[in-house]
Amino acid sequence: MPFFETNIGIFVLVLGQCLLVMLCVLASLAFIMYGERKVWGLLQLRRGPNVVGPFGILQSFADLLKHVFKEIIVPTESDKVVFFLAPLISFVLALVAWVVVPFDEGWVISNINIGVLYLFAVSSLEVYGVIMGGWASNSKYPFLGSLRSASQMISYEVSIGFIIIGVIISAGSLNLSEIVMAQKGNYGMLNWFWLPHLPMVFFFLVSALAETNRPPFDLPEAEAELVAGYQVEYTSTPYLLFMIGELSAVLLMTALITILFFGGWLSPVSFLPDGFFWMLSKMLLFFFVFSLIKGLVPRYRYDQLMRLGWKVMLPVSLGWVVFVSFMAHFKILNYARW
Amino acid sequence: MISLYFFYFFAFTTILSSLFVIFANNPVHSVLWLILTFFSVAGFFILVGAEFLALLLMIVYVGALAVLFLFVVMMLNINFAGLRSGVAQYLPFGIMIGLVIFVELMLAFVPWDFKEETINSITAPINTTDTNTVALGKVVYTDYFLLFQCAGIILLIAMIGSIVLTMRSRPDVKRQNIMEQIYRDPSTSIEVKDVNPGEGI
Repeated sequence: MPFFETNIGIFVLVLGQCLLVMLCVLASLAFIMYGERKVWGLLQLRRGPNVVGPFGILQSFADLLKHVFKEIIVPTESDKVVFFLAPLISFVLALVAWVVVPFDEGWVISNINIGVLYLFAVSSLEVYGVIMGGWASNSKYPFLGSLRSASQMISYEVSIGFIIIGVIISAGSLNLSEIVMAQKGNYGMLNWFWLPHLPMVFFFLVSALAETNRPPFDLPEAEAELVAGYQVEYTSTPYLLFMIGELSAVLLMTALITILFFGGWLSPVSFLPDGFFWMLSKMLLFFFVFSLIKGLVPRYRYDQLMRLGWKVMLPVSLGWVVFVSFMAHFKILNYARW
Repeated sequence: MISLYFFYFFAFTTILSSLFVIFANNPVHSVLWLILTFFSVAGFFILVGAEFLALLLMIVYVGALAVLFLFVVMMLNINFAGLRSGVAQYLPFGIMIGLVIFVELMLAFVPWDFKEETINSITAPINTTDTNTVALGKVVYTDYFLLFQCAGIILLIAMIGSIVLTMRSRPDVKRQNIMEQIYRDPSTSIEVKDVNPGEGI
């Protein structure tokens, strides 16, 4: 029996794949952080980071070293275990989600049947890092920040769930690779789900911004009223873990938009080959959109945010599920691809 | 073979964490241990091949219910030390109830063996080549459609009930009218006045 078919071999193989994906994600986070700050710089007529390395490209690594070598300050009255568990949870969950994301045909660590549900479950668990961090700090500002943040994340999860259900009804599968393959066709990008699900693309974008606490929905860290949200008391590496977790969640959302609506690794025109390149460039494009939004849009007020989530997003996405199931059941306009 | 080890691992964590739910001093810690219990139970579901149910358990119980528990426990600030003071008084009664439930469960599940026909009549034959989700969907939306809808209606009634119970009209509260705020324009909100120096308006 070949080594990679024995139990130990499979274990080593999967471990290697996990390490590879983790390293790639973490390394790309560093450069994406740099790119994001450059975009904001351009938007605000500044230069952005330009000192460390050529064009400032090593800025994120300098920040990493700065954070790691700082002193870890723990509030005396805090709950020590939960205090350190919270950043770990948000970091681990942000990385764990990547096991089901297909980067190319077959380029996925775990091609499970219920990949979408898995991603949804992991992103609904991310709320715990926030709540636990805010509570364990035993201080009023982080606690208020964490409550705000948690209720925001829960509210927008609902509409994300309904939007995903619409896509699942069209694709006829919960497997992420099969959702991508359902968008394959002769017309290139016109076959992708963004066309039949056009309104939901925008809804998903807004929900993703709110779910990952990005501007204009970054109320958890609304400096004017809350200092810095749930991570006020965090310094050094724990703070860094929170930041990495948040950024990785943003990257995951771009991957999810790409897979659900924009054909994953499929090529936009039929005469070019499919491949990892397309996945990567689509994700980068959406990340660019995310950072543009951060630079351009003013922050929402909290009651506006809740109203948007429960009174606009939820009914419309629920109605869309009904609409899509109607179209899919009567096989109108290629809504059902199974 | 490996699944056996995983079974013992999940069983150990389930029992240990559910014990900590009871014995933790801090109610918030209790809820966190409860979340670990849910996780381990989801592990059991995956071991028996019910991955759909496992993830539903994670989404519904861990992702939504336990968050609500946490919210309530954090906000209420209950004095649990005070509640604990009468524990010796209630302990025999609690143990008795626990024993009764345990004996009932044993009677219900251990000594019985169902006839082949009974099992066939109460279980729907499921195509084993289908994936978990497809199989569940086929059963729930065909054979047990009525029961499924009834469950949905019961949930809906519960939801309406809780809304009715908590809703009270308060005319004295100042509310935001978002549409009014959005469609405001400078002509209705700004008034330009010429002010002579040293006079005021």
